[in-house]
Amino acid sequence: MIEAVPAATLFRPNLAMRRLKGAVFVLCGVTSISVGLATLTLLLADVLQRGLGWLDWQFLTSFDSRFAAQAGIKAALYGTAMMMVFTMLVALPLGVMAGVYLEEYAPESRLKHLIQVNIANLAGVPSIIYGLLGLAVFVRGMGLGRSVLAGSFTMALLVLPVIVVTTQEAIRAVPGSIRDASYALGATRFQTVWHHVLPYAFPGILTGNILAASRAIGETAPLITIGALTFVPFVPESPLDRFTVLPILIFNWTSKPQAEFHDLAAAAIIVLLGVLLTLNASAIILRRRLRRRF
Amino acid sequence: MNRTARFMVVSLLTAAALAAMACGGGGKGDESRTGAEAPQVAKPAEPANKAELAQLRGDIVADGSSTVYPVTQAAAEEFRRYAPNVRISVGISGTGGGFKKFCNGETDISDASRPISPSEREACAAKGIEYIELPVAYDGLAVVVNPRNTWATCLTKAELKKIWEPEAQGKVTNWKQVRDSFPDKPLKLYGAGTDSGTFDYFTEAIVGKEKASRGDYQASEDDNVLVQGVASDEAALGYFGYAYVVENPGKLKVVAVDNKGDGTCVAPSFETVRNGTYQPLSRPIFIYVKKTSASRPEVKAFVNFYLSKSFTPLIQSREVGYIALPDEVYQAVAQRFNAGITGTLFPNGAEVGATLDRYLK
Amino acid sequence: MNPSIADRYPKRRSLGHNRARDAREWLIHGILLLAASLGILVTAGIILSLARETVAFFRQVSLVEYLTGTEWTPLFATRKFGIWPLVTATALTSGIALVVAVPLGLTAAVYLSEFASPRARDVLKPALEVLAGVPTVVYGYFALITVTPFLQRFIPGLSTFNALSAGLVMGIMILPLVTSLSEDAMAAVPDSLREGAYGLGATRFEVALQVVFPAALSGIVAAVILSLSRAVGETMIVAIAAGQNPTLTLDPRVPIETMTAYIVQVSLGDTPYGSLGYLTIFAVGTTLFLLTFVMNAFSFWFVRRFREVYE
Repeated sequence: MIEAVPAATLFRPNLAMRRLKGAVFVLCGVTSISVGLATLTLLLADVLQRGLGWLDWQFLTSFDSRFAAQAGIKAALYGTAMMMVFTMLVALPLGVMAGVYLEEYAPESRLKHLIQVNIANLAGVPSIIYGLLGLAVFVRGMGLGRSVLAGSFTMALLVLPVIVVTTQEAIRAVPGSIRDASYALGATRFQTVWHHVLPYAFPGILTGNILAASRAIGETAPLITIGALTFVPFVPESPLDRFTVLPILIFNWTSKPQAEFHDLAAAAIIVLLGVLLTLNASAIILRRRLRRRF
Repeated sequence: MNRTARFMVVSLLTAAALAAMACGGGGKGDESRTGAEAPQVAKPAEPANKAELAQLRGDIVADGSSTVYPVTQAAAEEFRRYAPNVRISVGISGTGGGFKKFCNGETDISDASRPISPSEREACAAKGIEYIELPVAYDGLAVVVNPRNTWATCLTKAELKKIWEPEAQGKVTNWKQVRDSFPDKPLKLYGAGTDSGTFDYFTEAIVGKEKASRGDYQASEDDNVLVQGVASDEAALGYFGYAYVVENPGKLKVVAVDNKGDGTCVAPSFETVRNGTYQPLSRPIFIYVKKTSASRPEVKAFVNFYLSKSFTPLIQSREVGYIALPDEVYQAVAQRFNAGITGTLFPNGAEVGATLDRYLK
Repeated sequence: MNPSIADRYPKRRSLGHNRARDAREWLIHGILLLAASLGILVTAGIILSLARETVAFFRQVSLVEYLTGTEWTPLFATRKFGIWPLVTATALTSGIALVVAVPLGLTAAVYLSEFASPRARDVLKPALEVLAGVPTVVYGYFALITVTPFLQRFIPGLSTFNALSAGLVMGIMILPLVTSLSEDAMAAVPDSLREGAYGLGATRFEVALQVVFPAALSGIVAAVILSLSRAVGETMIVAIAAGQNPTLTLDPRVPIETMTAYIVQVSLGDTPYGSLGYLTIFAVGTTLFLLTFVMNAFSFWFVRRFREVYE
């Protein structure tokens, strides 16, 4: 005969053991993050140690030279800044427009699916292939030569997928109630998008663009391929002028035989990282500041 | 947990800052470096036409070999001291890449670590681009070993061929196999990347056939990496440009080369490369000027400056690191430029052991 | 098929049937469509600019040799055109990168999503994103100049160029990508699932591992695949630190050459334009493009197929 067993003896909560597992996991989680951050710290410390001594006003305002004591990053800084401005001028509107179309205008169809698959794939295409494309289409095909404009167009194509995808995600996060209200009042689709959806999605779109910009600043391979020159002892005076950028300068200085140039490269890296950190920080601060709660 | 997280981040950043300050390395102050051999740098003469140069304006685009880059960069920098309104830019697309752009009409000057090849000549002819060929300096390829290598002081060309030919792949892996009197130590090789003029020239000069080389060696386009490799490995053997040897005194030991196998060992130095006794590993490097560009006043002035006593003494300085040609050659080459003589004196492309006497005729 | 936003609000004529406004709407619709079709245009552009030279390459080299050969020496005197050394090198470095990034990244993602307080997340997430923002040139030199000498003290036979250092540093670089995408996938899991589990007495760890993780699995797998394709396409780190010796090997201690490093090497080098060596850039580029395309398409399909929809 089966004896009735009280339920209390069958169920062992074993809470302590389960809680312990959780605590161990938290330790693992913190460790994982620490590994990443520790590597970052190591990298920063290494670069700071080698380059900090070379970083001064003269470094920022001189042109490149074969004498390490006189070499500076002025041309590269201007080149990077100019290229970034034109890249974003092209990529931002195109990317946002494409994202808006895909989210607000496109019905579920083969065309939409095709465009989205293409864009997702383009985000993963190696940057040097964009360089080959830019060389064929912008430098040769459109006859822009190795100018800031050719470089900007090439980089714009490179960062476009990122902007499109982040725009789409930002728009998707907009609550439907906003659209419902707008349409209910008789607004057209564009009016709804321009006056209601975009302002709400703006912080997300802005963050996406800033992240795209910081990706473009650090890219070397495509610009080398389209011929951003290395020794440029002048500031580009127009978008059709020749130019150089910080990553290429760093790449060039590290291959020089004179050891001082390796430290100079570290100093240039500090400047580059500084610019990037500022961009990232502003993205985060803006994201938080502008977030509206509904 | 947020307190822990915050603490982690702050402490990591503090550690980084402290590390940076504590090991505060080289600043502008540490500039005392002496070359392995003090390069004889005469003071360059001031150009006679200073007033004209100051009035010049224009753009000059140079591109091509990364070997010739330091020379052209230095020339551009010096020239701009006298002609600040001439904007000269220099790129490093490689000799082949440079010719591609040059024969497409996109550049004024092409830097080349080898003479123009027959196929490139066809490409230029097809687009109607005429060029003036001008040698500007010598580049010496040094064979180096680790300073603790006491046995390899002189290697014959035949021994070098035995080490580097394609058949040596996987087979010649020990110093004893090179010469019986060498100790029994593994042979570690460092050399130029396969897509460089240095590689092409070394294989042609040593193995006898361009691009014929074993594949199992540490290759790099960045000679600094090769320097580090040889300097840290007792059993290493490598080859790269002489400029990197001059720049790293004490880290490397240079091997003399016995070209004919008759016992005359010649070590690379500014003198031996210049007077042609260091063979077969010295080669001339060139610039090619587009004929239509050469008629522009700023280009004409720049090239003349490049070949004049206002610049050539600086080629052997530490910051450039190449070997200057004899004076007669510079004068003959400058005459060639001003006369606008096009075409190449190397009809079959690169030649090993090339002398530049042909320019004197 | 989930109706898109556009489907839910079908096109309509403006209030009052204002023809000017309707025309404007139509025009705007057209402009936006053009902008979006850039996606297809760029892909077409890439394919076109690669195709011509690739076809020219395969007229001189047999496809069979390319796909089955085990030696890659297109720039040597005796030329061999087997793609496998480059492909295995790419696979090796990407594999090492994933071995680093996936465990660390997923653990970090679960921690950030389920355990960390909002304040901690606000600090840690941006800190990790900084990792993703460091230029790859910097990572490359870090691998060559710091990581390799450090590892050489422990691993005998580790040469100056090797797959291990490059792979490890690449793993750190894609770590934030894995974390960020997985965390997004986990955040999309509705709280009702978590609340149900807590209501039954589960601990936080159990909820994370047995409820949230499986629910977000399709997104997590997609995240891993996307990170893999990022690793495959990475250029500068491997070009600087992994080497330029195409060798068919799985030994992470010796120099190798990946597909991307090869393209950089030849683009920057001395190969004359139009020669067979030059054409190899495009053949390898096409292979690379196809590989990443297949991976991305698969990840896209996988998410659509297996995504749990909670509405």
